[in-house]
Amino acid sequence: MSSVATTEPAITTRGTRASIRGRLQDALPKIVLAPSFLITVIFVYGFIVWTAYLSFTNSKTFPSYALTGTRAYERLWRWTFESDPPSSWYTSITNMAIFGFLYVGICLALGLLLAILLDQKIRGEGLLRPIFLYPMALSFIVTGVAWKWFLDPGLGLEQTLHHFGWTSFHFDWIKNKDFVIYTVVIAGVWQASGFVMAMFLAGLRGIDGEIMKAAEIDGASPFQLYRRIVIPLLRPIFLSAFIVLAHMAIKSYDLVVALTSGGPGGSAWLPSNFMYEYTFKRNEMAVGSASAIIMLMTISAIIVPYLYSELKEKAR
Amino acid sequence: MSSVTSSTGTSAATLSQASDSRHNNARWIGRIVIYGLLVIFAVLYLMPLFVMLTTSFKTMDEIQNGNMLALPQAPTFDPWMKAWGEACVGLTCAGIKGYFWNSIKMVVPAVAISTIMGALNGYILTKWRFPGHTLVFGLMLFACFIPFQSVLLPMATILGSLGRFGVTLQNATGLSFGFGNSTVNLVFVHVVYGLGFTTLFFRNFYEAFPTELVRAAQVDGASFFQIFRRIMLPNSLPIIVVTVIYQFTNIWNDFLFASAYAGTGDSMPMTVALNNVVNTSTGVVEYNVNMAAAMIAAVPTLIVYILAGRYFVRGLMAGAVKG
Repeated sequence: MSSVATTEPAITTRGTRASIRGRLQDALPKIVLAPSFLITVIFVYGFIVWTAYLSFTNSKTFPSYALTGTRAYERLWRWTFESDPPSSWYTSITNMAIFGFLYVGICLALGLLLAILLDQKIRGEGLLRPIFLYPMALSFIVTGVAWKWFLDPGLGLEQTLHHFGWTSFHFDWIKNKDFVIYTVVIAGVWQASGFVMAMFLAGLRGIDGEIMKAAEIDGASPFQLYRRIVIPLLRPIFLSAFIVLAHMAIKSYDLVVALTSGGPGGSAWLPSNFMYEYTFKRNEMAVGSASAIIMLMTISAIIVPYLYSELKEKAR
Repeated sequence: MSSVTSSTGTSAATLSQASDSRHNNARWIGRIVIYGLLVIFAVLYLMPLFVMLTTSFKTMDEIQNGNMLALPQAPTFDPWMKAWGEACVGLTCAGIKGYFWNSIKMVVPAVAISTIMGALNGYILTKWRFPGHTLVFGLMLFACFIPFQSVLLPMATILGSLGRFGVTLQNATGLSFGFGNSTVNLVFVHVVYGLGFTTLFFRNFYEAFPTELVRAAQVDGASFFQIFRRIMLPNSLPIIVVTVIYQFTNIWNDFLFASAYAGTGDSMPMTVALNNVVNTSTGVVEYNVNMAAAMIAAVPTLIVYILAGRYFVRGLMAGAVKG
């Protein structure tokens, strides 16, 4: 991956040309960049401000622009602690915690394991690598449809194992409101772990052989070699993979819809689903907007420091 | 970053292959464990695709009474034909073919426009820098990561008023000029929110491109666009492939924007239609047809992945990692 910025000086176009044409030429790069910049400012940052504004109104089905204070946030705050019976928001954020933790954790662990296994001078690596990675090319909707079928108690895995004679096998998580979120984890990990593997594999291939040779001579076992030397060297990849996975987890929406249709009684909702349902189906636009802003802040808390340090470090 | 495909780097395994014969037995066991694990994982990763594919060739009879993992006894193309031409999406039962074309009509212009704009932006942000270029890039970069829920509603409002404007135009001139057309709307949305990624790709690629070449051409009197067309573009093939694949996959697979802005009617893209096919429950659920529909939705991106997997991975890494 190339760097974000370098110290290399760019061309300066402050020539002495005074003609209008010359000045136009000088301004041309900015003129060409302007539409993209304006699009970003208006449709990203302007819209974020707009959404934030709506979250301080009492918009229901249609936007209303009279500010009415922080009621939407107060309601979300109250719902945060409403666990019995669980409010939709409580379910969404609890699911987010479970899903985020397991999805990121398992993807990292599995990705690292697969990368290390593939890095052992394997025959047929070229065949295996794409097998772990192809799910990433699929739409979440396709993944959801496939796994919905695969995990269906009456048709999929459970039925198959009954056919094989293991009739006591019972697996109905996808229909169980307490476990449905774990099926989202399973499908999500299946989809993204190959990608994490590719990142780690690239990292492993970039490690200097000399360091490992030295450790080898010092009598380190393969296990120690990985634990003490290789994995610490992969730290930047852990960070990158974590950032990618964390923001993918927070943005997850499609998978829940396709795999569980929201789960029994909305029990598989993530905050993204909460936002969509409240805004477009339950006519609680202000609450939906407030939840969108909370999602944005959560992602920003992860992404902004990362991007800032990337841009700054490389510019030095 | 070194390429994933290269196998030249020294791996830990090379070194751990001690020549000591005492270790030979342990090494053999180690190899068996490694291969065993890899094969088990490969089977697990292939399973859903395998089940999806075989189910799409089975009859309903075989599905209800048979084993999910068994190969179809009498392979039939009917579910595919039915998914393509007759399956019900909501109340319309004309298959998913129309929605497949909707997706194509949306993807092609969206990918082309966002790639061209990204190339120009990347060129400017590396070779025609101005004070504040890092800030401009930073703003565009952050836009890649926002949850789209935070812009969903304002965009819906804007697209709604553009639609009303289109109706006015239609009444006045007989032509709506694309205002209010769902496909046009989605192209616009995907260009807007894909711009950050395409700019990022080209910027990072051009960063490594020798500035001296550009400067020399400039001294020779080449203009801004001449340099771009004659010098930058001919050297950009790899990154163009990466960007096109990345954008194609992302836009084809999008569901959130598609369901928010074209969630009903004849203009919905493939992903939304697929979700509707699966959730349309009139009478018996035809799983084989559902699986065939899912396969049809997956085929374009899978083909791209098979043909250009290397570029696909590069795009994912460059786009997802950073920055």
